[in-house]
Amino acid sequence: MIKVGFYPGCSMKGGAQEYQESVTALAKVFDIELVEVPDWNCCGATAAHNLNKELSLSLPARIMALAEKEGITDIVVPCAACYNRLSVTKHELAEDPSLSSKVASIIDLKYEGTTQILNIIQFIDKYITDRLEEKVVKPFDYKSACYYGCLLVRPHSILKFDRVEDPQSMDVLVKKAGGNAIDWAFKTECCGAGLSVSRTDSVARLSGNIMKDAADRAAEVVVVACPMCHSNLDMRRPEINKFLNEKIDIPVLYISQVLGLAVGLDAKTLGLNRHMTEVNLPERPIKEVPVAEVPQKVVNTQKMEA
Amino acid sequence: MSASHEISHPLSLSGEMQMDTGVIINKCYQCGKCSAGCPVAEEMDYPPSLVMRMLQTDDPKNYEKLLRSMSIWLCVSCEMCLTRCPMEIDIPALMDNMRQKSIRAKKTNPQAKKIISFHKSFLDSINYTGRLYEMGLIVDYKMRTGAMAQDVTIAPKMFIKGKLNPVPEIIKGRKKIAAIFNKVQNNKEGK
Repeated sequence: MIKVGFYPGCSMKGGAQEYQESVTALAKVFDIELVEVPDWNCCGATAAHNLNKELSLSLPARIMALAEKEGITDIVVPCAACYNRLSVTKHELAEDPSLSSKVASIIDLKYEGTTQILNIIQFIDKYITDRLEEKVVKPFDYKSACYYGCLLVRPHSILKFDRVEDPQSMDVLVKKAGGNAIDWAFKTECCGAGLSVSRTDSVARLSGNIMKDAADRAAEVVVVACPMCHSNLDMRRPEINKFLNEKIDIPVLYISQVLGLAVGLDAKTLGLNRHMTEVNLPERPIKEVPVAEVPQKVVNTQKMEA
Repeated sequence: MSASHEISHPLSLSGEMQMDTGVIINKCYQCGKCSAGCPVAEEMDYPPSLVMRMLQTDDPKNYEKLLRSMSIWLCVSCEMCLTRCPMEIDIPALMDNMRQKSIRAKKTNPQAKKIISFHKSFLDSINYTGRLYEMGLIVDYKMRTGAMAQDVTIAPKMFIKGKLNPVPEIIKGRKKIAAIFNKVQNNKEGK
């Protein structure tokens, strides 16, 4: 059993419990134990960086400082928003030593910035992908629209993760799980994020446009890697459908749930029952594919952008 | 380093923002890609490219308009403008800076009340417990805005689905978190 540091973030303890359930269950299949950063706090999210810059750096810095103290080298941060805040803080403090020592005095902890921040896809790629295909027992044979949203890929200058306009990393994972990752136009459009409660009509429009494109391209499932994207696309579906004036019932699954289903975990373990938009994926007969013919690598033929 | 003509005078308004954020406002040449890609531009009073132009004028009247605008609160920090900007201008950092200035100068747009209340309720929750307590956040937000009826139909379903945690998670170091809030609030700069 390998132990890897883990920062679940607040949504995983509330509205996105199924994300934690599925990430933990998936890790376990691959003999990985996720160890929470002791006594972690909220990263501050949008509210902190909108209202107070020092606070927005101090809250994530405390999390990383606690991890350092515990000797944690890799922190898995499945929430894209938390991943973004931790990564941006690490970057800003590395760029500015005087700011770094100021923040260290605010949090009253030693901070060195030595921890590696991994988003869910980076975690899977580092610890799981090599062994993924051999563990697939029930290929996820559905047309999947992989939705990356904003904070997983932007700003590229800091995150340096995947392509900004047409990212591929999640598509590759879905394909390895036996899925059909479709080409679509709204991979990195914003869902409306933190305006969900305070300006629901804006979120209905933005998330509505995303779901509309997925539906128009006959997606059977939208795959996400962020609790905020998930709640806007899933929980705000009544508002979305009202905005679009049509009924879209495509379920929204976390990438960890998709991979979990493929390696044979059951729906309840993965928390599929917790989604507000019901998950009723049709049963698909498992195609008999001789092992040797399974594509080992998905070749990316599209030109690099940006 | 950039050519000197790109840098604003340190005593000008744009110069002050440059000191705060490190963003060189005069780099913008009004190509408009930020406004084209911005998901909320159509709802804004001033779209991002116009915000940039207004900042470049160094006219106090334009700064006043921006601090009182809805644009700075509608910006969702999605970072699309920065991503597509040929000059890599960090507009989201400028937006953060203007939001904070707007609050300090008590010039926030009345229509932004709900958005600001949500942020404040969010931070209060962290201040008290160290983590975000979603149910507490919603109750606090409703108290601040009077939007009592909002989303009441969704809550029971969330509860049944196990998405609402009835008990807040309180961390051991909550006093340390409160101390962090105190220190950053006492700091007059508050950038």
